[in-house]
Formats: sequence, C-alpha cells, structure tokens
Amino acid sequence: MANLEHRKPAAQPTRLQRFFDGDLWWSFKSHKAAVGAAIVLLVLIVTAFLAPVLSPQNPYDLSSLELWNAELPPVWIEGGRMPFLLGTDVQGRDIVSGILYGTRISIIIGIASVAVSLVVGILFGLIAGYFGGWVDNLLMRIGDVLLSIPIILVAILVSSIAQAFLPPHLREAGVAAVLVLSIAMYSWVQYARVVRAQTMVERRKEYVMASKLVGTPARRLMLKHILPNTMTPIFVTATLNFGLAILIEATLSFLGVGMPPNQPSLGTLIRIGNQYLFSGSWWIVLFPSLQLCLLVVAVNMLGDWLRDALNPKLR
Amino acid sequence: MLAFIIKRTINAVFVMLSVTFLAFMIFQFVGDPVRQMLNEQATQAQRDALRDKLGLNDPFLVQFGKFVGNAVQGDFGVSFRNQQDVMTMIADRFPATFELVLVATFISIVVGMPLGVLTAIRRRSWYAESLQFVSIIGISLPSFVVGIGLILVFSVWLGWFPAFGRGDTVDIGWWSTGLLTSSGRMALFLPALSLSLFQITLVMRLVRAEMLEVLRADFIKFARARGIPARVVHFRHALRNTLMPVVTMTAMQFGGLIAFALVTETVFQWPGMGLLFIQAVTFVDVPIMAAYLCVVAFIFVFLNAVVDMTYAIIDPRLRGSEQ
Repeated sequence: MANLEHRKPAAQPTRLQRFFDGDLWWSFKSHKAAVGAAIVLLVLIVTAFLAPVLSPQNPYDLSSLELWNAELPPVWIEGGRMPFLLGTDVQGRDIVSGILYGTRISIIIGIASVAVSLVVGILFGLIAGYFGGWVDNLLMRIGDVLLSIPIILVAILVSSIAQAFLPPHLREAGVAAVLVLSIAMYSWVQYARVVRAQTMVERRKEYVMASKLVGTPARRLMLKHILPNTMTPIFVTATLNFGLAILIEATLSFLGVGMPPNQPSLGTLIRIGNQYLFSGSWWIVLFPSLQLCLLVVAVNMLGDWLRDALNPKLR
Repeated sequence: MLAFIIKRTINAVFVMLSVTFLAFMIFQFVGDPVRQMLNEQATQAQRDALRDKLGLNDPFLVQFGKFVGNAVQGDFGVSFRNQQDVMTMIADRFPATFELVLVATFISIVVGMPLGVLTAIRRRSWYAESLQFVSIIGISLPSFVVGIGLILVFSVWLGWFPAFGRGDTVDIGWWSTGLLTSSGRMALFLPALSLSLFQITLVMRLVRAEMLEVLRADFIKFARARGIPARVVHFRHALRNTLMPVVTMTAMQFGGLIAFALVTETVFQWPGMGLLFIQAVTFVDVPIMAAYLCVVAFIFVFLNAVVDMTYAIIDPRLRGSEQ
C-alpha cells in the first residue's frame, strides 16, 4: 500500500505571528524614537510594580525611617552612603524607594482613569450615536460644556470638593478613586465624540440594516458590530490620554489637592521636595521630577508614533 | 451672518449658565451658611428668620435665578475667611495674572514663529529634525517641573533672577503693573518663560505644519518660477498665509493660559488670581472658588466666541457649514 501519511495542512499563522508580520510592527521597528520610548516605558513600569522587591526600604513604614539618615545627598557626593543611592529626604526616607512606589501610584491612577473614561465614553458615544434624538443632544451638550471649561479647573474643583466630603474612615482609600473620577470626568468626552461620529456612519450601512432585520438586539449590535469599527482612533486617543492623565494627577498632587504625603505619587514627592529647594537639598525634588518627565515623555512619544502609524493618510 | 452670530451667542450664554450652575452647586454642597453666620446660642426662631431673609427657603430655581442675577453684576458675596468682597479681591489680583499671561504669549510668538519657519524651510536638516524631536519633549514636560527646574538653575544655583513674588509694582489707576520697574521685569521673566514653554512648542508645530502646506501651493511654485528670491517667497508670501491660524490659536489659548497660570503662580508664588484660588481651595473658601471659576470660564468662553465670530466674518465658508 502506498504510504498515505496524512499531510498536515500548512500551519495557520497565529495571531501573534500575524502581528509580527504586520505593518504596525514593521513601522514600530523602523522608528527609533518609538523603540526607545517603549523600552524606557517598559523598564519604568516593571520597576514600579516590583517596587516592594527592588526598593531598599518601605517608604510607608514609618518605623523603618531613621532620623540620622535624613537629608543625605546622593552617593557620588561627599556625605552620601549606600544603600541610599539618590539620597534621602528630611524624614530619612530613601529617594529611590519613594520614586519607585510613587511611580506605581502614578501609573495605576493613569491606567484607572483612562479605563473609566474609556468605558463611560464608549457607552455614551454608542448610545448617543445609535439612538440620536434628545439622548444624543443631552449627552453631547454636557460634553460641550465640560470641554469649554479649562481642564485643570474642573479637575481641581471636583477633586477638592469630593475630598472635603469623604467621610474620615474612607479618606485614605477614597482619595485615589476621587482623583481617577475627576480626571475621567473630563476625558470621556473625547472618546464619546469619536465613537458617536463613527456610530452615526456605521448604523446606516447595510450590514447593520441586515442584522437589524434578523432581529439582533440593539445592545449586541452596538457592542459586537459597530464598536470594533471605532477602535483604531480610540486606541490612539487612549495612549495620548494616558500621558495626559499622569500629568494631571501629578499637577493636582503638586497643588495639594491630589495624593496625600502618606501615599505619595510622583507629584506629591515633587511638592514635598519643592519646600527644600532653597535649603540646598536639591536631590529631593530633582529625581522625582526627572522620573515624571521620563514617564510622560515616553508615553507621549509612543502615542505620537502610534498616531502617525495608524493614520491611513500618512501611509 | 446675523443668524450665526446670534446662534453662537446663545451657545456661549448657555455654557456660561452651566458654569454658573456648577458654581451654584458648590455652594449647595458646602453646607449651611446660616450655621456659619450665627453663633451657637441662636434660637431656632432666629435661624428661621435668617433663612427666610437669605432666601434659603425659596424654591431651587428662584435661588439659582438670584445667584445668576448677582453673578452678572459681579456680586459673589464675601470671603468666608476674611469677610472681604470676593470680586474686589479677584480684581486686585487680576493685573498680575494678566501681565504674566500677556508676556508669556508674547514670548511664545516671538520664539515659536521663527523656529516654526526654520523647521519648515529646512525640513531635512539635522537641526530641524532635532527641533521637531525636542518639541515633543516640550509638550510633555509638566509645567510645574519646568518652573522648579528654572528656579533651581537660575535662582538657586546662578542667582540671576528672583524665584518668587512680583518685585516692585507701579499703580496706574486701579491697575498695578510690574512692567515699569526693573525688579518687576526681572521677577516676571522666569514665570513667563515657564508658562510660555508649552505655548512655544505649540506655535512652532503649528507654523511648521501650515508652512509645509502653503509651500506646496501653486502660487508659491509660480513665485519661485518667476525667480523671486527664496527669502521673499518664504517670508512675504508663505509666512503671511500662516498668520491667521497662529493668531486664532493664540487668542483661543489665551483663556486657557489664564486658567493654567494657576500652576505657574503656585510654583513662583506669583500674587495672581490663580494663587488666590489655590489658597481658597485649601481653606474651602467657597465664594472665592465659585467667583474664580466664573471669571476664568467667562474669559475663556468669551474669547472663543469672539474668535469664532471673527472667523465667520472673514471666511464665509464657515458660515455655510454651521447652518
């Protein structure tokens, strides 16, 4: 008998392989700034989330602070000593540890506020675009009003007033949530506008008509059929907004209406360090500032590249 | 034309009403003014009388109507903290903020436009590409970090400029200006520079994009073909066509800068409206917070509406799309 060994069909490329063969990956590889930014961002995120393992000290544990370690300069300057690589602040808190934990808080708040505004924005955008009429009018007018007040004012007002009304036992845990909401309150409008515009185009197309005819419920139609077609611009906006969210959180914390000193984000660290600017202890403010700049610049460079790479006009 | 102006005005009024509503809601949230105005021993009858007198028993809409009426006349009540008239306090601080924003805008145009032209006409050169790269960094840098950096270098290390305050001021009528004294100008330099940095990159990127667009146009090719020198083509013909968007953006950003100046004012302890607001936030001094919100939003909305209307007058195509 002839050997009728069953031949395997040619392997289907997996999703991952297709991604690495695709245009986007190629464009990424050939863009030096994007690769650099991605590496920096990856290092920052990994070190931030490994903060409890990496940092020589737990900055929240007051018993680990020793006052004779206070205001030590970085190690390469006379008077500095290990393990305080970048020196200590006036309470004897290690700057490196503070930065790592602070970056973690900044990143978490950034991600959370992007996530909240994405969900709200997509939901409102779909509803407004799909149903039209007075719902559309109401949601979009609210958005218009929000966008016609400077963003920083909205965030400060919401954050400060909400914090004043948090019950004392919730204050510790609630501050981060308040910050997330006050940032998300503004940025959902952008997503809602994009999704709404796209939905209004899509819902008149034949495939939507067809699935309406076979009785697909509105909810399924919006989420399964219309939403995937709006994802590309949403993705770019979300990346750029992530950078913006980190910036706003840092600014609020710097102004004193953000994270409190016992759970410092990068902005809080800069606020604390700023008080010692004139006493010669420049390292307390300088290193958290550099970390914040690095983080935001990396995110924005990736966003900038992504916007160009996904823009069909520039291909 | 008239229809467009009316429509745009109604829109602006609607936004202002919403902002006033927000300010009104802050008052509603932040507790009972009667408890703050009467002492502990006041009887229930006294409280009720005061509530009646203050109009707190009126229906919600009537109260809001009164609030708007007072706000239009610039009456936001007195500060909880020092019992001064809130509008007078804001008006006292207004010149400081206005001068800061004005000088920052001036710097951003004077520096940003030449950089934009340069990066557009020498697009492939190394310095244009590195400027374009640096401008992304400029847009990303948090403004308060820039301010702290400037203080660290120019005040703490070099000692060239003062790090806080406004220097000596001269009063011209009710307007106090720091532009006429040398210490005022020195004090203004660092805050204005730090506020303008973001704006510089914005102007530069806008001028570059517009220039690249215009340089592709037929009339530029024609001018080149006629043998007009490159310098004249670039500056007399191309640059002039980019001015309109730059002016528009500057005008629209002006209101945003006034709001955003509060960050710069905090860093440099600049005695403007923003610093007043931030201090009010720390003490939950609601009348000042509400008044600042309304004043800044009004400047912002007013400028945007004026720009839109000016555009509609100059460029008839926009009128068509609005109808």
